[in-house]
Amino acid sequence: MLNINYTFHWNQAFQALPQMIDGALITLQIAVLSMIIGIAIGVPLALAKQSSIAPLRWFANVWIEVARNTPALFQVYMIYFGIPAVLQLVAGLFGIDFRALGINIFYLDSYWAVLVGIAFNNAGYLAETFRGGLRAVPATQTRAARSLGFGAFDAFRLIVLPQMFRAVFHPMTNQMVWAILMTSVGIFVGLNIDLTGVTQELNARTFRTFEFFALAAAIYYVIAKIVTGGARLIAWRLFRY
Amino acid sequence: MIEIDNVRKSFDSFEVLKGVSMAVEKGEVVSVIGGSGSGKSTMLMCINGLEPINAGKITVDGTEVHAKGTDLNKLRRNIGIVFQQWNAFPHLTVLENTTLALRKVLGKSKAEADEIAKKQLNHVGLGDKLKVYPGKLSGGQQQRMAIARALAMEPKYMLFDEVTSALDPQLVGEVLDTMRLLAKEGMTMIVVTHEMGFAREVSNRVAFFKDGLIHEIGSPSQLFESPERPETAAFLQSVL
Repeated sequence: MLNINYTFHWNQAFQALPQMIDGALITLQIAVLSMIIGIAIGVPLALAKQSSIAPLRWFANVWIEVARNTPALFQVYMIYFGIPAVLQLVAGLFGIDFRALGINIFYLDSYWAVLVGIAFNNAGYLAETFRGGLRAVPATQTRAARSLGFGAFDAFRLIVLPQMFRAVFHPMTNQMVWAILMTSVGIFVGLNIDLTGVTQELNARTFRTFEFFALAAAIYYVIAKIVTGGARLIAWRLFRY
Repeated sequence: MIEIDNVRKSFDSFEVLKGVSMAVEKGEVVSVIGGSGSGKSTMLMCINGLEPINAGKITVDGTEVHAKGTDLNKLRRNIGIVFQQWNAFPHLTVLENTTLALRKVLGKSKAEADEIAKKQLNHVGLGDKLKVYPGKLSGGQQQRMAIARALAMEPKYMLFDEVTSALDPQLVGEVLDTMRLLAKEGMTMIVVTHEMGFAREVSNRVAFFKDGLIHEIGSPSQLFESPERPETAAFLQSVL
């Protein structure tokens, strides 16, 4: 007969709550920064994908395809291990050995690797979302703006973008939640200050696996709910029309 | 003065304008009538450079619109245009719709822009809708807002592109009244329209468009009562 003699010890887990909350704040920080970068890159990517200049289109396509069709873990791995290795290799071809020079310029620490990796992923997904959003804004809006004397950039910035952001606000919120959850892949590149990292360290010290990870899951859940709730509030405030 | 000189314009292989010539003097109201797809609207888009042309020349107060180096953004400040689909900016209130270009294109202060906009909105009868979003307005009100938005830039010319065609019949009157008022105030206007009564009453001259050409242009009484060309007579018979 199976002998189940695991007894729950929630006390230990709850005592570690402040540490875990600190980890959650790092998680949130990475997610927020990666979203800001993702949006800032996603808009030009969406435009590049529709550009009449072929190399711009190719660049956007490669980015979007890789971001959307490979695992997020792979993307973070590539940035953490792959890109430094490739760049060292390329530098080597030109006879430059950075390590011999004592510089490690291509090395990203785990925090930055996760941030850049998730930002890369966000930008790819958001670019597609934005492309759809741009289609929801009629070309006649740009035409009306241009007829009032706005330049192309101002017409885009003042008339098209605000309407696009309304159209894509909910998919953007989803991407934000997804970014929060993606930060947990940081554990594979040694990130130990985010929620999953902190939880894993506590687990390694105490072997209270279930309690700690259950609590971590609950914290992820609460953050995600706060984000969606907050987004709804922002939408209500911003999109009165 | 707007001078259109032998303008040709094609979309792909389809030639929409086949050598259109026309001149509009300061203070004149010229109506343009004709069937759908005859090129009337395209001509308006060419006048303020929203559409490029393939041949010919358009000059506005001596500035050649399609010449290389023409500052179109600057030119367009002098030419207000109102479209069939009124194109209100849905994310901005009526006041913001009207002040945006004043502030961001002309660089006026918020107070200054608000004052100009309120004057123009009162002018078109929307003085009580300043804080309202366009989505809450009727089509006629949105179209009047579009007129106020264009007028706020103090253009020398106003172009109207079938501005009542997309409106419910009971809303057409209020927009036409606004345009009548403008004409009375001496605004130079080119009005592409299907409203024959309006064209006849308000215009100094009426131009008849067919298949990318102006077939006839003359005073309303001459064009409506004794058209010279059989095409004009046939068109008038079909719409009147």
